[in-house]
Amino acid sequence: MRNEKTTEEVALGIRRRVFEHSMRNNGGYLSQACSAGEQLAWLYNEELKLGAPTLPMIPKDFAGVPSAENTEYHTGAGYNGPAAPEFDRLFIAPAHYALVAYATLIEVGRMAPEGLEMFNKDGSSVEMIGAEHSPGMEVHNGTLGIGLSTGAGLAYGRRLKGDAGRTWVFMSDGEVQEGQTWEAVQAAAHHGIDNLYAIMDVNDQQCDGAMDSVMEVGDIKTKFQNFGAACIEIDGHDLNAMRDAVNEKHDGKPLIILARTNPFHSMPILEERFPRLHYVRFKSEDERARMNESIAKDLGVDPIDYAH
Amino acid sequence: MVEMVSRPYASAFEKFAAGNKDILCLSADLTSSCEIDGFRDRHPEQFMSMGMAEQNMLSFAGGLGLAGFRPFIHTFGVFMYRRPYDQLMASIAYPRRKVRLMGFLPGVTTPGGMTHQSIEDISVMRSIPNMTILETGDATEVESICEAADSIDGPVWCRVLRGSVPRLFDTPIKVGEIRELSSGDDILVVTSGICTEEAMRARSALQKAGLSIRHLHLHTIKPFDSKALLDHISSVKHGVVTLENHVTEGGIGSLVAETMADAGVGKRLVRLGLKDTYAHGGSRPYLMRYYGLDATAMVRGIEDLMGQEFGITESDLDTARVEDVHSLVKAEAL
Ligand SMILES: Cc1ncc(C[n+]2csc(CCOP(=O)(O)OP(=O)(O)O)c2C)c(N)n1
Ligand SMILES: [Mg+2]
Repeated sequence: MRNEKTTEEVALGIRRRVFEHSMRNNGGYLSQACSAGEQLAWLYNEELKLGAPTLPMIPKDFAGVPSAENTEYHTGAGYNGPAAPEFDRLFIAPAHYALVAYATLIEVGRMAPEGLEMFNKDGSSVEMIGAEHSPGMEVHNGTLGIGLSTGAGLAYGRRLKGDAGRTWVFMSDGEVQEGQTWEAVQAAAHHGIDNLYAIMDVNDQQCDGAMDSVMEVGDIKTKFQNFGAACIEIDGHDLNAMRDAVNEKHDGKPLIILARTNPFHSMPILEERFPRLHYVRFKSEDERARMNESIAKDLGVDPIDYAH
Repeated sequence: MVEMVSRPYASAFEKFAAGNKDILCLSADLTSSCEIDGFRDRHPEQFMSMGMAEQNMLSFAGGLGLAGFRPFIHTFGVFMYRRPYDQLMASIAYPRRKVRLMGFLPGVTTPGGMTHQSIEDISVMRSIPNMTILETGDATEVESICEAADSIDGPVWCRVLRGSVPRLFDTPIKVGEIRELSSGDDILVVTSGICTEEAMRARSALQKAGLSIRHLHLHTIKPFDSKALLDHISSVKHGVVTLENHVTEGGIGSLVAETMADAGVGKRLVRLGLKDTYAHGGSRPYLMRYYGLDATAMVRGIEDLMGQEFGITESDLDTARVEDVHSLVKAEAL
């Protein structure tokens, strides 16, 4: 499936949607659209080899958690197409990026815009913290740091079966604080799992603020390399750098792309909120109105009429 | 009308801990979500940022305990026992370190879905030797949880409510005691945490229908005064109904069942809570309805036990609502 839009247009579309949503809801995971817009746009619009969606454009309601009785249960992976041997798979490891991921699905024509209206509504499958039944999700990742391990296992299993498709994990930099991330790299390197790919949004942000002030993680590129991964660092807003990075040779090793990003890229007014950008809730009507004006202008749209 | 208290833990913790050099406040990148951001800013010398690295935080707290400190560790409850369970056992519970585990967003009080909802923590903690378990059900209990936890010579698991919390009680937690909220003789209702408020709504509607209900609220789940509970059970005619923000396996329903079985009590017991299921993401009132943790579920449970319908409608329960208790505004962030 190829999209007619350029990847730049998709990234802009993602930001416009997340912006509109956040304005209407008086807050949201807005900064993650700034930092990760290009990464998700690039994955879905260019890099991932995915089949046509197998689930309805307008997401179904929540249909129960997995259990022996719930025979109709399925995950939201069908928005990424069928799990066929030749296709790639993608996990969104930091599940709070779901809003940005849903906006991406819409931009690349895999989900209807109505899907975003269902975000965080009771009874909807379009959950705030992406669940495995949410559009585009295949496993639960709301407990951070487990995504890369699952990805490594899936990649290895697919290699044993002879699948040509790759397994991709979109990660966040907060995840490097969890020990499990390093165990995942260690195992992937030990078993030579080179059909495993990760791109990490290195926005230097976490819940409490700038990562350096919360828990320093140091030179993560060198750390990843020392743990046995091929690791390359790029400007996460530079699409050509992404296109080049994925061609890095990594025989016998997983490839990890560190996308260094700006948490207020394309919405400079958000810098006012630095260093607390994890969840932007407008502090006053005045702030909301000012941000509305300013960001709308940056994104080339009309301010959002959020009163209605 | 019920008083709503805003962020009771924030002020209570600061009042309790500030200046007490043996107490350290640890946080795993959820500082404002656990209402300790003010404490961090005003008492940096007692605050430790541990990053999003819970396994390390638990064993680290064990080490602080060994050094003679009483760490209060803060994160969402779910992140404090699922991944770092081994650390909890080996570094804290076995050696009886005085670590106070402040677990926020118990059960379905979070919209974050399965990965954020601690639905089996009480079951897990009850089976850990040396562990004490406290659960808050109102603002007064949140305000007194620090003293209560810190009075224990060993580790303490606390389920803490945050944000806007109703005040239902006017006396602090006295560890080991049971609160008797009403004394009837038809049925015994036993609840904890946020389910107590739901049971209070059901109770007022059922009492109007002529049922005499004895209602107990548990803030101390372990250790547990089984003698007191057995006395209450023997003073009701028909049986016991429990309701908890937790799976029915291993929580207070099991606690009551075990107490009854051990003593050979032959009365009926209806256990309400999450019925061997995970939950999903959604607002608290919606999830409580969906999974049968609310006042309606309590009414149905009592009807089941009595084999009789009381004709209580949703609107009866609404008027019995502990007024204005919750803004229905959906939690938008964690
Ligand atoms: C194991 C675990 N611990 C804590 C959390 C709570 N949490 C959710 S997001 C987050 C911050 C992680 O940093 P990052 O993903 O880089 O966040 P962002 O850049 O979006 O602010 C935390 C601590 C969690 N989801 N999982
Ligand atoms: Mg980050």
